[in-house]
Amino acid sequence: MRFENLWPGVLTQNNLENWQIGGFGLYVHWPFCEAKCPYCDFNSHVVSHVDQGRWARALADEIRRAGAETSDRVLGSIFFGGGTPSLMTPETVSTVIEAARDCWTFANDIEITLEANPRSVEVQRFEGYARAGVNRVSLGVQALHASDLKRLGRLHDVDEAKTALAVARSVFERVSFDLIYARQNQTLDDWRSELGEALDMAVDHLSLYQLTVEEGTAFWDRARAGGLRGLPGEDLAADMYEVTQDLCSTAGYTAYEVSNHARPGAQSRHNLIYWRYGDWLGIGPGAHGRLGTATQRVATVAWRQPGLWLQHAEAGSGLESRAFLDVSDQAGEYLMMGLRLDEGLDIERLHRLDSTVAGPEAVAELVDLDLVLWDGPVLRTTAKGRLVLNSVVAALLP
Amino acid sequence: MSTPLSRIRNFSIVAHIDHGKSTLADRLIQLTGTVAERDMKAQMLDAMDIERERGITIKANTVRIDYPAQDGHTYILNLIDTPGHVDFAYEVSRSMRAVEGSLLVVDATQGVEAQTLANVYTAIDADHEIVTVLNKIDLPAAEPERIAEQIEDVIGIDASNACLISAKTGVGIPDVLEAIVKRLPPPHSGDPDAPLKAMLVDSWYDPYLGVVVLVRIMDGTLKKGDNIRMMRTGGKYGVDKLGVFRPAMQDVKELGPGEIGFFTGSIKQVRDTKVGDTITHEKRPCETPLPGFKPSIPVVFCGLFPVDAAEFEDLRDSIEKLALNDASFSFEMETSAALGFGFRCGFLGLLHLEVIRDRIEREYNIELITTAPSVIYHIFMKDGSVLELHNPADMPDMSKVDHLEEPRIKATILVPDDYLGDVLKLCQDRRGIQLDLTYVGNRAMVVYDLPLNEVVFDFHDRLKSVTKGYASFDYQMDSYREDNLVKMQILVNDEPVDALSTMVHRDRADMRGRAMCAKLKDLIPRQMFKIPIQAAIGGKVIARETLSALRKDVTAKCYGGDATRKKKLLEKQKAGKKKMRQFGKVEIPQEAFISALKMDE
Repeated sequence: MRFENLWPGVLTQNNLENWQIGGFGLYVHWPFCEAKCPYCDFNSHVVSHVDQGRWARALADEIRRAGAETSDRVLGSIFFGGGTPSLMTPETVSTVIEAARDCWTFANDIEITLEANPRSVEVQRFEGYARAGVNRVSLGVQALHASDLKRLGRLHDVDEAKTALAVARSVFERVSFDLIYARQNQTLDDWRSELGEALDMAVDHLSLYQLTVEEGTAFWDRARAGGLRGLPGEDLAADMYEVTQDLCSTAGYTAYEVSNHARPGAQSRHNLIYWRYGDWLGIGPGAHGRLGTATQRVATVAWRQPGLWLQHAEAGSGLESRAFLDVSDQAGEYLMMGLRLDEGLDIERLHRLDSTVAGPEAVAELVDLDLVLWDGPVLRTTAKGRLVLNSVVAALLP
Repeated sequence: MSTPLSRIRNFSIVAHIDHGKSTLADRLIQLTGTVAERDMKAQMLDAMDIERERGITIKANTVRIDYPAQDGHTYILNLIDTPGHVDFAYEVSRSMRAVEGSLLVVDATQGVEAQTLANVYTAIDADHEIVTVLNKIDLPAAEPERIAEQIEDVIGIDASNACLISAKTGVGIPDVLEAIVKRLPPPHSGDPDAPLKAMLVDSWYDPYLGVVVLVRIMDGTLKKGDNIRMMRTGGKYGVDKLGVFRPAMQDVKELGPGEIGFFTGSIKQVRDTKVGDTITHEKRPCETPLPGFKPSIPVVFCGLFPVDAAEFEDLRDSIEKLALNDASFSFEMETSAALGFGFRCGFLGLLHLEVIRDRIEREYNIELITTAPSVIYHIFMKDGSVLELHNPADMPDMSKVDHLEEPRIKATILVPDDYLGDVLKLCQDRRGIQLDLTYVGNRAMVVYDLPLNEVVFDFHDRLKSVTKGYASFDYQMDSYREDNLVKMQILVNDEPVDALSTMVHRDRADMRGRAMCAKLKDLIPRQMFKIPIQAAIGGKVIARETLSALRKDVTAKCYGGDATRKKKLLEKQKAGKKKMRQFGKVEIPQEAFISALKMDE
C-alpha cells in the first residue's frame, strides 16, 4: 500500500524519448535558513530547531516511494537546493544519497551538488558532505563588497567567502559560486572590476544573476514603499549583461545559459536537465517534478509549508498534487526552458508536442530581427535575443 | 372639468450647476405637502444616478403642486425642471415654450455664470416673466446686494425684489411660492372647446408603460381613450393612460388648456416622438402646428469600441437600449483596423457624449475605448457635390476636394479678471476670433467665435485647468465656414492607425503632429524592434519620433521549480495583451488611444 502508483500513466519501460534527450535527476529541497534574505522568493523558512533525523527519514521515504515506480532509470544527478542545504548535517545528506542509491543505478559520472553558504560554520561540514557523496558545491557568495553583502542580508563577509571557496576547492572536484549584480548604485565599472576579481577566484563555474525584485520579498515591499533607489534602468542593466558575457568568454567561461557560465565540460548537469526539459523528481517541501513520455507528462508539486509537508510525507505522500500536463503546456515549458540555453532546443521535438508553438512565420520574423537562429532541427536565441527572451517566448507562443 | 387658467401657474427654474435648483424644487414639493415627508429623498426630480451625481438634469422632469395661496385660492403650480446644459439647448427652448415664467436661481455667494446666461436668454426669448431668487443667503460669504446688482448689469432684468432664500435651511421658500402666484402670469389663452393643440415637451421610455409623453395643452381637451395624431411625424396613437406627476404618476380623466401632464399610448420607441411636435385629435385636428419645431441633430461624433472585443454584442445591446430612451443620440456600426468592431455615435454635445459613455460603462459594465471626438465637416468636391464627413477615416482623396467647411460656435466665457489673459490665449490658440469683451465687476465676459473641432477636443478641461476651475463656459452652434483643414494620419511602424486620424487646421498640424508622436512614444511600450512613429498629411511626414527597441527583458533565474510559475507569468503577460491592440507587428495599449488625444500643450 505504501508503494501505490505515484505516477499513473507513466510508461517507465518506454521513456527513451525524454530521458535520453533531457536526462533524469533528483532535486531535494531543504527549506530552512538562518535568516531570510530580502531578495529571496524561494521556499525558505527560519525556525529555531530542526529534527534532522525525522527530516532525513521523511526525505528518504519520499525518495523510495518515487523510486519504486522509476527503478529502471539511471540517475544522472542529485541537487540539494533550498533554503540552505548546508544546514543539513552530513548524516542527513548521507541518508538521502543512500536512499537514492537503493532506488536507482547511479550514472558513472553522477553529479551530486549541494548549495552552501560560505560561512565558517558550514565550511567545517564540507569534508563530511564529500564523504557522503557530494562532489560539487555551489556557494552563495552573492557579492564581493562588504556593504553590498549587508544590503543583501547575507550573514557572511568577503574574507569568509574567500576562505570558503579555498576550502571547497580543496575538498570537492567541482565548485561554482553565485553573484548577484545590477545592485543598488552599482556602476558599470564597479561591476567590471568585481566580476574580474570573481573570475580570478573562480574554479570552473559561475552563476551570475541580475538582481530581480520579486513579489513577496522584503525588497518588493521596500521598492513599493518608494525605497530601494539606485537600481539600474533598462539600458544600464543591458550594458551590465553584455559586459558579463564579454568578460566571462574572454576568461574561457561559456555562457551556456542566460545566467550560467562554465569552463568546457563543467556545466551543471543537473540544471541542464531542467533546460533540456528532461525528467526530474522533486522531493521536499514545495518541490516540483516532471516525469513522463513524449505524449504524457506528469507534473508533481509537494506541499509547500515545511510542517505540512512533513505530516503528509510521514502519512504516506508529500505530494500536494500530481497532474498530467497537456501537450501545449509541455511545449510552452520546453520552449521557455530550451531557449535559455546556448545550444537551443530541438524544434522537431517541440513540434511533436505542439506544432502551433514556434510556427514558421513567427520564427521567420524573429530570425529577421536577428533574435533567433533556425539551423536544421535547432532553434536557438542570438546573444541579442537571449537578452529579450521573455518577449521572444511570448512571440513564439500561439 | 378643466382648471380655470387664472388658477394655473406654469414655470421652470433657471440655474447654474450647484446653485441650488434641485434643492429648491425639493423644498417646493415638500412645503406644499406634495410628497409625504417620509418619501422625500434629496433631488426628487433627478431620477438618474448620473443626474444626481453630476448635479445636472438631462431629461425634463415635471411636478404638479397644489398650493393654497394667501389670497384664499388654491393654485396648480406646474414646474418643469429643464435640462440645464447647452447640449440640450433645443430641448430647453421647447420646455420654456411650455411655461410662462421662470425662477432665476443664483447662488448669492457666486453670482451669474455663463450657463445661467444662455438659459435665462432662452427664457426671455420665450417671453417669460422672471422671478429672481438669491439662494444660499445663510452662508457667510453671501452678498445678495452685490449679486442682485450684477444680475441687473449682466442680464438686464430687475432684481430689486429678488426672493432671498436658503433652499438648504428652508428660509424664504414661502415667499417664493407667493411670488410664483403673484408675479408669474397664468397661461395666456386657451379654449377648452377648440380642436386639441398640445406640445410634446419630452418623452422617455418606461419599461412597464412604454413611451411616456409629457405634454402641455394649449387648446382643447385631452381625454383618456382619445385617438391622437403627432402632426410632424404623422404617428397615430390611442391614449391609454393620462395623468399628472406629483411627482409620482397620478391618473386624471382629462387635461385642459394650460395644464401639463403625460399620456401613454403603446408608443414603442422614443424615436417615434419628437420634442416640439404638435399633438392633436385625429378626428378633429387643429389647423396649424405649433411653430419652432426642429428635429435635434447630433453635432459631435466619436467611435465607441469595447476594450474586450468579445463584448461587442453587449455593447450593441446597451447602445440599442439607451437609444430607446434618447432619440437625439445616433449610432451606426464601425470597423476599425486598430480597434475592431464598434459604433460611430453622434451626440448633441460633449456632455451628452460623456453621459452616454458613462452610462454604458456603469450601467452595462462595459469598458470602452472612446476615439477622438470629431465634428461634421462639409466637404465640397471638385465635381460640385457636397459630402458630410463624420469620421476622419472616411476623408476622400484630397485631390478631388475643392474645399472644406467646419462648424463654428459662439462661446461665452465668464472668468475672474486674474485669469483673463490665460483664457484669451487659450481661445487664440484654438483659432478663436474675439467678438466681445466686457466687465461685470471683477469678472470678464468674453465672447468668442471658435471652431467646434477645437472645442470638442479638450477645451473644457484646458479652460478649467488654466482658470483653476473659476471660469464658466457655454456655447451655441453658429455657422459653417471654410478653413484650411487637413486630415492628419498617425503611422506606427509605417502603418496608418485609423483610430488616431484627426482633422486639424494646417497651421496647427505640425505642432499637433509633434505632440502626438512624442506622446505615443511614451505610451507604447518598447518592443523587440525599433518603431518609427510619424504624423503625416497626405503622403508627407510632418513629425517623427523613434521608439527604440527593447534591450532587456529576460528572467534571471529559471530552474525546475520555476517552470510552472514562470509559465503563469507568461500567461499573465498574454492576458495583458488582450488589452493591447495588435497593429501590424506592433502592440498598442488601449490607453494610448485615449491619452494620445489629450494634449497637455
